[in-house]
Amino acid sequence: MKTIKQQFHRIATTLVGAALLSGAAHAANEQYFPLQSYRVGPYAAGGTGFFGGFIDYMQYINAKGGVNGVKLTWSECETEYVVEKGVECYERLKKGLNGAPAAATNPLSVGIAYATLDRSTADKLPLITINHGRTDSTDGSVFPYAFPLQLNPYSEVSAIVNYIAQKSGGLDKLKGKKIVTLFHGSPYGKETNPILELLAKKYGFELTLIEVPHPGNEQQSQWLNIRRLKPDWVILRGWGVMNPVALKTAQKTGFPADHIIGNIWSNSEDDAAPAGDAAKGYISITTHPSGTSFAVLQDIKKNVIDAGKGNLADPKRFGNVYYNLGVVNGILNVEAVRLAQEKFGKKPLTGEQVRWGFEHLNLDDKRLKELGALGLVQPLKLSCADHEGGGAVRFQQWDGQKWNVISDWVQADRKLLRPIIEESSHKYAKEKNITPRDCSKES
Amino acid sequence: MGFFLEVLAGGLLAGVMYSLVAIGFVLIYKASGVFNFAQGAMVLFAALTFVSLLERGVPFWLSFVITLLAMVALALLIERAVLRPLVNRPPITLFMATLGLSYVIEGAAQALWGAQVHGLDLGIKDEPFEFAGLLLSQFDLFAAATAAVLVTTLSLLFSKTRIGLSLRAVADDPLAALAIGIRLQRIWAVVWAVAGFVGLVAGLLWGARLGVQFSLSLIVLKALPVLIIGGFTSIGGAIVGGLIIGASEKLAEVYIGPLIGGGIENWFPYVLALLFLLVRPAGLFGERAIERV
Repeated sequence: MKTIKQQFHRIATTLVGAALLSGAAHAANEQYFPLQSYRVGPYAAGGTGFFGGFIDYMQYINAKGGVNGVKLTWSECETEYVVEKGVECYERLKKGLNGAPAAATNPLSVGIAYATLDRSTADKLPLITINHGRTDSTDGSVFPYAFPLQLNPYSEVSAIVNYIAQKSGGLDKLKGKKIVTLFHGSPYGKETNPILELLAKKYGFELTLIEVPHPGNEQQSQWLNIRRLKPDWVILRGWGVMNPVALKTAQKTGFPADHIIGNIWSNSEDDAAPAGDAAKGYISITTHPSGTSFAVLQDIKKNVIDAGKGNLADPKRFGNVYYNLGVVNGILNVEAVRLAQEKFGKKPLTGEQVRWGFEHLNLDDKRLKELGALGLVQPLKLSCADHEGGGAVRFQQWDGQKWNVISDWVQADRKLLRPIIEESSHKYAKEKNITPRDCSKES
Repeated sequence: MGFFLEVLAGGLLAGVMYSLVAIGFVLIYKASGVFNFAQGAMVLFAALTFVSLLERGVPFWLSFVITLLAMVALALLIERAVLRPLVNRPPITLFMATLGLSYVIEGAAQALWGAQVHGLDLGIKDEPFEFAGLLLSQFDLFAAATAAVLVTTLSLLFSKTRIGLSLRAVADDPLAALAIGIRLQRIWAVVWAVAGFVGLVAGLLWGARLGVQFSLSLIVLKALPVLIIGGFTSIGGAIVGGLIIGASEKLAEVYIGPLIGGGIENWFPYVLALLFLLVRPAGLFGERAIERV
C-alpha cells in the first residue's frame, strides 16, 4: 500500500513539475502586465478606452517582435473601479502569468492606487498612476515604487493658473481676477484646494471653492452661485457625469463655456459630447492630444486595427482621449522595460528591475520622434527624486465635434510645488517609519 | 429676493425631474407592495436602448416605440422569471430580488449597447430666458409639462378604466382581488410595463440632461427621499415630495451650505426625509397601515 502511495506521489510530483517546467519554458521569453481593468460599471467608458489603447500598443509591440525579442503578455481582471476588487485583482495577478514575471501595475484608479501602494512597495512591483495618484508620491526617495507619470494633481492646477495668467497678459495681471473652482465632492476633487489657495495668495486672485456632491447630476444651486459671483474663469475639477452636467448648467445660467477650464479628468470626448451645444468653446487641459495622425497611431492602425485585432468594441473610439492615454501609458511602460533591459539583460525582468527602468526614463524630442509619439507625449525625464518627470500640459478646445489643441506645452511651477510635495512625503515617511533613500547615491 | 426666487424656481423644476423617477416606484409599490430598487436600472436600460437605436439611424418615434416594446418585454420577463416564483414571500425577499435585478439589468444594458457615454438631443433648448426677472429654462418647463401630463394620464388610468380599478383592488387586498377573479399576474405585468414606460420618459429627460450613461441608474438615490416625504402609494405625493425635496435641497445648498463647508445637497434631503418619518411615517399622502394586533 505504502509503495503504491509512494509511486502515486512520485508520479504526481513529476507531472506537476513537468507542467511547471513546460509553463516556464513556454514563458521563458515573456514579460507580463497584470491589468486591473474596468469594462463595466459607471466608469466603463474610461476603462474600455484606456485599457483598449494600452493593449493595442502592446499588440503593436508584439507584432514588431516584442521588446528586444521579449514578447509582452497580459491578462485582465475586472475591478468595476471598486477598490476591494482592485486589491483582489492585484493579489491574484501580481505573481505573473505562466512563469512570465509581472512588470508593473496600472490600475487607473486613485482609490485602488492608494489601497495597493504599500503592497506594491512590499512586493517590489511598480505602481503606475499616469496623470493621477498621490501627489507626494512624486518624491521617489520616499515612494520608490509609485510613479505619478507626466502630471501630478498639484502640477495640473499650477499649469491651469499659468495658462490663465498667459491669457490675462502675465502673472502680475492675475491680481484681482476672480476664479471659481468647481470640484467633485471626493478626496480626488478636494486634493488640489490647498494649492489653489496658496496660488491665490501668491498671485492675488480671488478664489472661491464650490463643491459638487458625488455624482454631480444636479448643479443648479452651484451655478446660480457662480452667476452671482461673476468670475473671470471657472476651473472644473470634475469626474464622470459631473462634467457634461456642469457644461449644461453653465449654459442654462448663462456662463460662457470658453471661460471654463476642465482638468485632466474632465477632458475627454465623453465629458464634452453629451453636453451638445453647451460644450462648444469649452477648454480643458491634456497631456496627450486626441487624434490619429501621430505616427505611432498610424502604425497601430496598420498592424493591429486593420488586422482585425483591435481591442476596442467600437472602432470609432480609436484615437480618442482615453484611448490615446492608454497608448501613451503603453509607450512609457514599454520604454521602462526597454531601458531596464539595457541594464539587466534582454530577458523578462522582475518588478524591481523594471522600477529601475521607470526611474531612468528620459524621453527627449529625438526619442519621441523615433517612437512616432512627438507631440503625443511630452518630453519626460524621471529620476530617483522625481517620479513625475513632466509637469506640462497643453490646452484644447471643443468645437462641438472634436478637440483642437490651442496652446503649446504650459509648464507647472514645479519649483514652487516641490517643497510642499517634500513636506507631505516626509510626513508620510515619518508616519510609516520609512527612511528616505539618499538619491545622490542612486545610479 | 430675486436670487432667492431664482434658486427656489430652479429647485422646484429640478424636483419635478426627481418626481418622474419616483412615480415609477409608486406604480409598482401600489400594485404589488414591492419596493422596486431596479427602477433606476430600468431608466438606464430604456434610455440606452433608445439612444442606441437613434444612433443606428432608426427614426425618433420608431425608436420610441421599439424601446417601449422592449420595456414591455422586460416587464413580462420580470413578472415570469422573478415575481411569479416569489409570490407570497415576505416583502424583504421581493426587495432583495429587485436589488439583484438592478445589477442584472445594468450589466445587460452595458453588454448589449456598450459602455460609452451618449449625447441625447430631444430638440428642446436648455438655454436661459428671463421671465418676470427670473432665469428659467425651456427644458425645465418642458419636463414640468411632461410630468403634469403623465400624472393626469396615470390618475385617469387608475380611476376611470377597468384595468385601473383592478390595479387598485390588487393594491388594497391581493387575496380578495384573486377571489373575485382578477388575474394577479396580468396586473403585475401591466403595472411593470407602465413603470417601464415611465422609466422611458424619465430616461429620455434625464438622458438629455446628463448624457445617456451609467450614472442614470444612480438617480434612484434622488427619488428615495421624495417617496418618504410624498408617500409610497400616491402619485400626487411623488410630485409634491419632489417639489419639496428639489426646493429645499437647493435653498439649503445656497444658504446653509457655505456655513458648514458646502456639498450638502446630497444628504440634506435624507435629513428632511428622516424628520418626516418621525412625524408622519406614511408620508404626506401615503396610506396609513392600520393593523389589528
